[in-house]
Amino acid sequence: MGMDMRTKVRRFHQAKWDEPVIFELSNKGERGILVPRAEKGIEEAVGDVISKLPRRLRRKTPPNLPELSQMQVLKHYLRLSQENLGADFNVDIGQGTCTMKYSPKVNEHFVRSPKVSALHPLQDESTVQGILELMYKTDLFMREISGMDQFTFQPASGSQATLAMASLVKAYHASRGESEERDEIITTVFSHPSDAAAPAVLGYKVITVYHDESALPDLQALKKAVSKRTAALFATNPEDTGIFNPRIDEITKIVHQQGGLCAYDQANANGILGLTRAREAGFDMCFFNLHKTFSSPHGCGGPGCGAMGVTGELSEFLPVPVVCFDGKKYFFDYDVPLSIGKVRSFYGVVPAVLRAYAWIMSLGSEGLKEVARVAVLNNNYLLKKVKEIRGASAPYAEGRHRIEQVRYSWEAMTRETGVTTEDVTCRMADFGFHMWSSHHPFIVPQPFTLEPTESYARAELDEYLAGLRKVSEEAYTNPETVKTAPHRSVTHRPGHGNLDHPDKWAVTWRAYLKKCEKNFRKRIV
Amino acid sequence: MARNKFGVHPYIPNSVPEVQKEMLRDIGVKGIEELHATIPERLRFKGKMNLPEPLLSEFELKKHVEAVLSRNVSCREYLSFLGGGCWQHHVPAVCDEINQRSEFLTAYAGEPFEDHGRFQALFEYESLMGELLDMDVVNVPTYDGAQAAATSIRMASRITGRDHVLVSDTLSPDKLLVIRNYCRSDLKIELVRHCIRTGRVDLMDLKRKISGRTAGVYFENPSYLGFVDDQGEKISDLIHQAGGISIAGVDPVSLGVIAPPSQYGADIVCGDIQPLGIHMHFGGGHGGFIATRDEERFVREYPSRLFGIEETSVEGEYGFGDVLYERTSFANRDKSKEFVGTAAALWGITAGVYLALMGPKGMQEIGKTIMQKSQYAAGRLCEIRGLSLVFPEAVFFKEFVVDFNKTGKSVKSINAALLREKIFGGVDLSRQFPEMGQAALFCITEIHTKEDMDRLAESLRKILGRRRKARIAKKGR
Repeated sequence: MGMDMRTKVRRFHQAKWDEPVIFELSNKGERGILVPRAEKGIEEAVGDVISKLPRRLRRKTPPNLPELSQMQVLKHYLRLSQENLGADFNVDIGQGTCTMKYSPKVNEHFVRSPKVSALHPLQDESTVQGILELMYKTDLFMREISGMDQFTFQPASGSQATLAMASLVKAYHASRGESEERDEIITTVFSHPSDAAAPAVLGYKVITVYHDESALPDLQALKKAVSKRTAALFATNPEDTGIFNPRIDEITKIVHQQGGLCAYDQANANGILGLTRAREAGFDMCFFNLHKTFSSPHGCGGPGCGAMGVTGELSEFLPVPVVCFDGKKYFFDYDVPLSIGKVRSFYGVVPAVLRAYAWIMSLGSEGLKEVARVAVLNNNYLLKKVKEIRGASAPYAEGRHRIEQVRYSWEAMTRETGVTTEDVTCRMADFGFHMWSSHHPFIVPQPFTLEPTESYARAELDEYLAGLRKVSEEAYTNPETVKTAPHRSVTHRPGHGNLDHPDKWAVTWRAYLKKCEKNFRKRIV
Repeated sequence: MARNKFGVHPYIPNSVPEVQKEMLRDIGVKGIEELHATIPERLRFKGKMNLPEPLLSEFELKKHVEAVLSRNVSCREYLSFLGGGCWQHHVPAVCDEINQRSEFLTAYAGEPFEDHGRFQALFEYESLMGELLDMDVVNVPTYDGAQAAATSIRMASRITGRDHVLVSDTLSPDKLLVIRNYCRSDLKIELVRHCIRTGRVDLMDLKRKISGRTAGVYFENPSYLGFVDDQGEKISDLIHQAGGISIAGVDPVSLGVIAPPSQYGADIVCGDIQPLGIHMHFGGGHGGFIATRDEERFVREYPSRLFGIEETSVEGEYGFGDVLYERTSFANRDKSKEFVGTAAALWGITAGVYLALMGPKGMQEIGKTIMQKSQYAAGRLCEIRGLSLVFPEAVFFKEFVVDFNKTGKSVKSINAALLREKIFGGVDLSRQFPEMGQAALFCITEIHTKEDMDRLAESLRKILGRRRKARIAKKGR
């Protein structure tokens, strides 16, 4: 029997293997893999060598790692993989702001080729012309998409790109002798937490501008915040609400008038590709997450890439090296006069760059625009239908269309039934769906953030909607089912206060065993 | 409705015009353009993105990308002795099998129950690393070893409330750039000299530079230049006496035979997991670890996610969650400890698989194999006239620095000649450490056979001999 095509609700049950922690699977003496040994001639020439190590540097007892045969290791991790939802399985539109889209399989074939995976970053440039060409051309593509003049792929995520932008801001003002007095960064509350956190690492005082009743950054508050102390603005547009700020150029102008720079967090640019760009909005720099908009898979949280672009005026501050082309060959240029140095080893997560290249090549200019068009179409379709679900609402901007995502609210449902966003999240898992709330602070009460991207078919959106509808129905008729969920996920609700207490928390198995032994907590199994 | 000029694309299900039409009708608008109406005209990009014509069929795309990639020559085709922060080790097939699973590859940030597998796999990674490092707390990986060092330094600064940090001067210059950038606003990074014969930290210099302002000392074992430093205990004692923190960088693949820094006084241990079952990926295969003892003052200063084991509402069921979530920027924006986000989780899972496969025996054996092979290779190279080790009295793990100054040739020209023999020679240090003159860092791992190393030695002998022959011939004339 297949799923009921009328209700579109699956009788889902996630795999549950009750899998022990790997240390519990150990059998003394088993081996998972054998390693090459030094050949006889070597042993004869150098001896066992270990005795050459100063005594105090020799490891006295072997690491207490588990001992398993190969198939048993494989099986353990395959079972764990089955206990995980991935975008390839579920209708992964519930992780708004993160642009969970299809990562084409052919691109995985490319990055797994030894022509990429077995390249050492310090090989002679003549032997890496292929990969350098792809990096250089991806830079050219990004310039077209953003209107910026040069890109680096060194930052390994959006947050690291934000740090790189903040470093660049610092170096820019230092080069003008204004580093000391320009000690403030302005961001908005609906921008990603890292837009506030990364500049703070560099000592910036962070001013967070809240929104007005239209959910856009309060222009008056922003004007007031900008001064000669402003080093830069760090903002997204559209923000997490999916509302496009039509006055963004006014804001960048205000910041520029006071001598500040404008940095655009475009981690997620999925709804505006080819339609509006950092350049036209007056930004001096921006970054794209290649693991969001440009299809590189998220890998449970990396490795990713924050491709950072700057205007020509700022290119002399880029991290080293940059990839260049002299008409004949591609090469690394370390001669960047005012470079911020480096933010990550070597050249960043090059496989992500390769995937982005292949993805762009598979779509072209019209294809990228179609991505944005369909992302927006899917989002507004979802918006229309979610608003019809009992207890759900889409605060702000009533009657206006959103770009690529919407931050919704279950406030009415919570008021009427006591069922919270957290409860719905738990219950959605019973139908094979993930539903994320939002970043902190929860400005929108009982929030949830959906971003359907271009990758999901209408039928899948309908299926997700059916899940939401079903849970809402249950909240109003049988709230206990929702409040005690999940029932058909891998496990149940965690949380017994063990994670915030120094005597009880256990970040490793060995720490857990010690704490159980001391009776600070009890063995789970 | 405006026509969809683009056509139907396999990555975009709702590019089908009829579906779009029906969806637009449901929304109550005439065209997709209306949905973008909130973007004012003046902000619209009016031009055309100058991108190549798309390769719409998968076949054409594959043909194109593979043609470009075929211009690369990989370390499987040529014999490579490159290391210096990225190392060619054997990657077990099971590591690749697990990290290409859709469930892990395409997941992101699900809840602890529906993404139980990710949480458990990363908790196990932390736990396996904990055993290797003999430490009780290990983070979910950060970007790379350089970031791990930079964050460890900032943690030390926060714990002590001090702003001066000492770093051994044999550190990778690139890593130093990352550290300097990360600490650019508020920490003073000062270098500590090394002993010329052994490479080890110069304890006199260290003593002189430690003050009441010093938050910590960062040193590496094995170092970027390959040698091991047996003074870990003394270094740790010196900094502890001044109330600072001992931070050690370590190559995890060495820890089957070499003692982990926690056993000689290090308080924070960090490094890169790329050697543990992760391909080089042109430098894309890195992930950073940070380990400490299980003390609140350390745990509170981690910016990273720390997955802990937890009960669930069902008796006897393992669950996992974030330890001290309030530390993170997810919870507290700019009032957090640094920041957290996407970093290198998939490589963390992979490194866990690697350690589970290797077990205690595997780690011991690989450590021994590497040390035997690297000492053998160094011995072979030193037989060649004019070649010697820069640190003749040092014990080294998998890398060693060869002094080429007496050959009268530059490393650049020697490496160019090796390249013609289909060999990638050692990392040229002549620009990174100009005081060494012409020197190169050679890396030997378990993948190098005796034949490979003999071939390197023979090639070098030939290349260097050529010059000598030429010189003798010239003199004779």
